[in-house]
Amino acid sequence: MTTTPFDEMTGPEGLRPQYRLVREWLDGSAPELLNLKRREAELLFRRVGITFAVYTEGGDPERLIPFDIIPRMLDQAEWSFLSRGLEQRVRALNLFLRDVYHDRDIFRAGKVPEKLILGNESYRPEMQGFAPAADVYTHIAGIDIVRVGPEEFFVLEDNCRTPSGVSYMLENREAMMQLFPELFARHRIAPVAHYPEELLETLKSVAPRNCPGEPTVVVMTPGSYNSAYYEHSFLADEMGVELVEGRDLFIQNGVVHMRTTEGPRRVDVIYRRVDDDFLDPEAFRADSALGTPGLFQSYRNGNVTLANAIGTGIADDKSVYPYVPDMIRFYLGEEPLLKNVPTHLCNDPSELSYVLDNLDKLVVKETRGSGGYGMLVGPASTAEQRAEFAAKLKATPEDYIAQPTLALSTCPTYVDSGVAPRHVDLRPFVLYGKEIRIVPGGLTRVALREGSLVVNSSQGGGTKDTWVLEA
Amino acid sequence: MMLSRTADSLFWIARYVERAENIARIVQVGHRMSSMALSLGNPGNEWHSTLIAAGCEPGFFAKHEEATAANVVDYLVRDRDNPSSILACIETARRNGRAVRTALTVDMWNALNETWLQARDIAPEKLSPAQVGTFLEWIKERSQVFAGAYTNTMLRNDAHAFVQLGTHTERADNTARILDVKYHVLLPQHENVGGALDYAHWQAILRSVSALRAYHWVFNDRLKPWLIAELLILRQEMPRSLVSCTGQITRSLDFLSESYGGRRGECHRMAGDLHARLRYGRVQDVFQTGLHEFLTDFVERMAALGEEIDAFYLR
Repeated sequence: MTTTPFDEMTGPEGLRPQYRLVREWLDGSAPELLNLKRREAELLFRRVGITFAVYTEGGDPERLIPFDIIPRMLDQAEWSFLSRGLEQRVRALNLFLRDVYHDRDIFRAGKVPEKLILGNESYRPEMQGFAPAADVYTHIAGIDIVRVGPEEFFVLEDNCRTPSGVSYMLENREAMMQLFPELFARHRIAPVAHYPEELLETLKSVAPRNCPGEPTVVVMTPGSYNSAYYEHSFLADEMGVELVEGRDLFIQNGVVHMRTTEGPRRVDVIYRRVDDDFLDPEAFRADSALGTPGLFQSYRNGNVTLANAIGTGIADDKSVYPYVPDMIRFYLGEEPLLKNVPTHLCNDPSELSYVLDNLDKLVVKETRGSGGYGMLVGPASTAEQRAEFAAKLKATPEDYIAQPTLALSTCPTYVDSGVAPRHVDLRPFVLYGKEIRIVPGGLTRVALREGSLVVNSSQGGGTKDTWVLEA
Repeated sequence: MMLSRTADSLFWIARYVERAENIARIVQVGHRMSSMALSLGNPGNEWHSTLIAAGCEPGFFAKHEEATAANVVDYLVRDRDNPSSILACIETARRNGRAVRTALTVDMWNALNETWLQARDIAPEKLSPAQVGTFLEWIKERSQVFAGAYTNTMLRNDAHAFVQLGTHTERADNTARILDVKYHVLLPQHENVGGALDYAHWQAILRSVSALRAYHWVFNDRLKPWLIAELLILRQEMPRSLVSCTGQITRSLDFLSESYGGRRGECHRMAGDLHARLRYGRVQDVFQTGLHEFLTDFVERMAALGEEIDAFYLR
């Protein structure tokens, strides 16, 4: 592993061509101008941000996610490599889900331990033998990617349940187009604004077989107090479909209907942003007030499509992650294009002792953790923190994985001291219906603190617009 | 077509904004009547009648012993235990707005949100009498900002009809209640009907619904109870009169029925019936029934209509 991180603008051989535009722009802009634009961006986002923030009521006034005005650049070759890798990975994850819930060939082949999957808390025995429309499970997947060199991309994490963040991708582009129209006039940057249409097409393409005519699609939200509510209403609005809550739906003759001012109206496809556990109090958690009683039965009978399917958590669990490359080989007979970060499962005693001996070099994560919490970044940790983690690891090793600390690539970022390199990752969104569609780019997250490797917004991370240059 | 929940929220946003304004108007009447009574050396039961007009009497006495000016104003303006207090109305309106954010225009949302943000800054202590006066005027202004926002920016579709339905349902109820205040305020023994205090009461009522000048324009006469009743009940040109409100309600319901392929229910029949009675009613009939009895009956019919609208569209 290299010690100096790869800078995406100035690689080992000097300025990389995909950044020429950014370099010229930075060189040609007086610092005052950049500063002005940065403040303008903040104002712009505060205005949009007010809509983000409005939803966090009370105490914490507003958690605006900082936006960086310098775009992250990818050229056609980079993007086409990434998108092929993403497509491959998401196909394999879907085939895995289909296999687990049907024939379980992969267990018999000894590629994935049966106990790991069937004992996982997100495994849903109720899904056994059920075939969702078009055999698609993860209609919307968010795959987190990091980079360590010009050609080296790693998948850090798969998100196969209800990945969020796409509204930031769209709002970031909107802001950039308002702030720097001249850059868009001079260069061919792949658009992203059609994402909502692509999403709608994807959802319509997996309508239930018995759907009469044009499918009715809705977005289902836990409600206006959910932290991602802005995104839910944004997507419903952009797609021009209803944003429903569980109580707006009911089952009549086995079919899902929504209560409307014109009486009951059949619903065919539900893009649900409600977790499995809360979808249906009759099938899952009985105390859920967010779901619709009878929804699961209707789903199992093939009368409605849920996107994503139920029980997809077994594909993105951190303890399952190490097996994804083998899934790709097993189901597709191909070598994985996107690499996995080597991962130590602490459940294995020999791995555990290796991890305990090398805590100062590794990143330790909770298998169920997210948002950058419950995580130890070895090289940046204190002896005390390491001792604390060592104790936790010994107590419940099955709850932890460890990975080498990657030298994440950096991108030029406008910070208080001027333009400086900061570590980034990328979350592209993969849509899977009758076909796979990926809007070029994704959400780039950036760790704003110098040297920090944690890009999560809850830990001082920001976002950037991601530009894929068209040939 | 829209979600019943969305329609329900739109309807109640409009009702609560209108209610906040109406409570402000009712408190203003209370102030006027009680200060006149005081200056004539006859403190009476003006604040008690204010509570009745606001429909908040039972809740108030569960909490307070005596209907003093300070207690009543606090209960009607600030108290969050009272779901109809002005601050509670603002919160409920905005909460509904937030839940159906995308069904609102940007201007409507800004109107709701801005009111809520500013009201949130009001100190938790009781407001001083001078502050109350300013606050009540501000509330009326904010309500008109919201009305202006939806009138000027909303598409004329079903969503607009539900907002209008909410505004006019609430307003009809309110005009009836304000007019009925007079029934509850007792005139002191030596004060005559038609005397100075009686006259001042009627003036306060007209003023509270912004109709004092309108009265003079329409009748060009000194204040007479039956003419005031005619203005606030039967005059089509008076925007807060009962007949104006039921006319708007009927039109909104007809519009919805047309947009939804002619679907009609009990609410359409009731609204039409109520409107026809007012449209062809005569003021002498109102007084023959008794003004108070007539108004009580109207408020009950409005409540029943509200339930039918709810059953037909909002559930």
